[in-house]
Amino acid sequence: MSGPRVARARKTVRKRDAVRNREVVGDREVVRNHEAVAAGEGRGPVRFLRAVLAKTPLPLRGLRPRLVVAFALVAVVSALSTGALAFREARTGVLQQSQDSVIRQFRTSVDAVAVYTPLPPRRSDLETAVNQVLRANQSQGWQVMATYGSLRAFTPGDISDKLSPELRRSVGTHRAAVFQRVNADGHPYLVVGMPVTYDTSEEKEPRLSGFAMYLVVPQNTEQAYVQAMVGGIERATLVALCLAVVLALLAAGGVLRPVRALRRATRRMAEGHLDIRLAVNGSDELADLSRSFNDTAAALERSVAELRRLEARARRFAADVSHELRTPLAAMSAVTDVLDENAPHLDQETGDALRLVSEGTSRLSVLVEDLMEISRFDAGAVRLNLDEVDLAESVRRTLVARGWQGRVETRLPRPGTLRTRVDPRRLDVVMANLVGNALRHGAPPVRLTMTVREERADVSWAVIEVTDSGPGIAEEAMPHIFERFYKASTARTRSESSGLGLAITAENVYLHGGRVSAANRPEGGSVFTVELPLRRESPDTDETTEGAR
Amino acid sequence: MPRVLLVEDDPDVRKAVQLALRHQGHDVFAAATGEEGLERLRPFRPDVVVLDLMLPGISGLDVCRRIRDRDQVPIIMVTAKGDDIDVVVGLEAGADDYVVKPVQARVLDARIRAVLRRQDASVSVAVRPRAEAHGELVIDRAGLLVSHRGERVALAPSELRLLLTLSASPGQVFSRQQLLEAVWEHSYHGDIRLVDACVKRLRGKLGELGGDPRYIQTVRGFGYRFGSS
Repeated sequence: MSGPRVARARKTVRKRDAVRNREVVGDREVVRNHEAVAAGEGRGPVRFLRAVLAKTPLPLRGLRPRLVVAFALVAVVSALSTGALAFREARTGVLQQSQDSVIRQFRTSVDAVAVYTPLPPRRSDLETAVNQVLRANQSQGWQVMATYGSLRAFTPGDISDKLSPELRRSVGTHRAAVFQRVNADGHPYLVVGMPVTYDTSEEKEPRLSGFAMYLVVPQNTEQAYVQAMVGGIERATLVALCLAVVLALLAAGGVLRPVRALRRATRRMAEGHLDIRLAVNGSDELADLSRSFNDTAAALERSVAELRRLEARARRFAADVSHELRTPLAAMSAVTDVLDENAPHLDQETGDALRLVSEGTSRLSVLVEDLMEISRFDAGAVRLNLDEVDLAESVRRTLVARGWQGRVETRLPRPGTLRTRVDPRRLDVVMANLVGNALRHGAPPVRLTMTVREERADVSWAVIEVTDSGPGIAEEAMPHIFERFYKASTARTRSESSGLGLAITAENVYLHGGRVSAANRPEGGSVFTVELPLRRESPDTDETTEGAR
Repeated sequence: MPRVLLVEDDPDVRKAVQLALRHQGHDVFAAATGEEGLERLRPFRPDVVVLDLMLPGISGLDVCRRIRDRDQVPIIMVTAKGDDIDVVVGLEAGADDYVVKPVQARVLDARIRAVLRRQDASVSVAVRPRAEAHGELVIDRAGLLVSHRGERVALAPSELRLLLTLSASPGQVFSRQQLLEAVWEHSYHGDIRLVDACVKRLRGKLGELGGDPRYIQTVRGFGYRFGSS
């Protein structure tokens, strides 16, 4: 019935709280473990989240909504966790202080009346004790009850319905004051049970007298405090949430403005406006990004300008070389016939010299012409003059025009069956080169075949093959056969060409979107294959297509 | 003996071509500038003009246009610039044919003779009793005169020959290759740029540029035909 017992009662409460706390901590650990398991199970949730994000409309999964949601979540979690912790501590403090005060007063009162209450007491003794306790603590809304065995006295009303069996059992078996908070009719009450003990000289522990007093105190004031705290936390959370949304919108605006400017600038740049630059504001990462973009754009502009300058120079060079080479060649070529005609009438040496000059001039003319053609490809100055032609007829004309029809075996589709859009002049160059090569470097029979290969339902190719029966092409020469100035003449008859003919052929085929290849035939000789895409749609006879390079 | 007016600024080329053409049997007068060529046009009365494209002073293109404005003499353009665009520009200025430098004398001679032959042939194929009218276009095959909306249209030889060839069979579609052979007598698988450039020039002179041409119609994927309506 003294200080240590109260302390014990307090300890009991703290112990219970501690146990509760431990349980809560245990729950958290369990939750954490669940999360760990979930994370370890794989990427299912992540994939699910991504799938959900992918299906979400763009305005909802943009940076702004995501920032708002993140800021709001952080604000709500922070406010709620802070509020919860503060609430718990404050509530515990309020209740603790209240109950400690009540228990202390009650104990003092019980100590005072217990001295004058005889054991075993009569009912009137119990009533006296109750009245004395109540009188000592007036105007506090106390309800007091005294019990001894089956005897009981209470005032102002019966409070036995608020006493739980556990509390009664504790009071009957323990020597310390016990208390409990209960809710009755929607109101919180503090119920305190105080067993009266007496000391004997023989025993260390005091003995229970069987006389106990109970107190019920309404805790409306404390309840009001707690509710006020909850309301305050709610309001604080709401304010934090609003602030978070505003801050998120501000932050998103600060990030999105430069990002949008960057997007606009990159689009403009892609459209060819290389002089586009971003305004650099501040000194944060976004300003760094803008600065980097500006540096990149400036570097790109410089590079492109340099490339254009070089390209223009290359074109000018090609044009200048063309003119400068052609002019003297024009003079020389014009008189080669005169030289050729006069050569037989001169002495042997002078005649041979004239013939050499004449032949050299002719070869130089061809070389210059080929060089000019190649340089036009390099400068991107070539254009396709597309026209829908009968491929077989076009190839036949090439052979007839050069007097080769008797020297080449042809297997061509019937006239009118294979029409496609090509540049007839360039196709003529390609076919003349391949057939001319086969006749010059290979051996008869030279064959020319033309077939159609369906690649897909909507894609088909005209396949033109030129085969000869000569020694074929050396395997080491095969990968270089379409390179410029490459002559595979070591294994073939002596070449008089410049080594540019096949390169020009390949360029012309590529310009048409086609393919060209060379191979040796198992039975001897070589085969050159040209594949041209069959284009029949949207025919336009006046169409001119920019060089593809 | 065909009379050839050669306009070429480079002295070596001028001398060489002059020498070669004389060797081939032509009567050649060589002018060093466009101005000199234009001056000599009337007194010399050439059968054909061989004109270099790049000239100091008046360019070859301008010379070609000025000759076309007042004379129907055939013009063969000789160009050191072999790019497609240069050739097309030259043809559209009114040249009847073109060759790219360097050119052998035999080739140039063949081209000259072909141009002259076509001019003579224009007369022979055009022998018909009277003028024929196609809407507002009147073609006098005997007199080799063309008028549109009552006004005389001055046509270069290749333009006239193209118009005569197409209008001889109204409604019939001619491929470019057919026209190339019929009008330019190119015996090789030639250059359709000649046809397209000449059609463009002819349309320009008949006031048909832009919109839907009435007389010289394009048949997509095939060639051209003369509108019969």
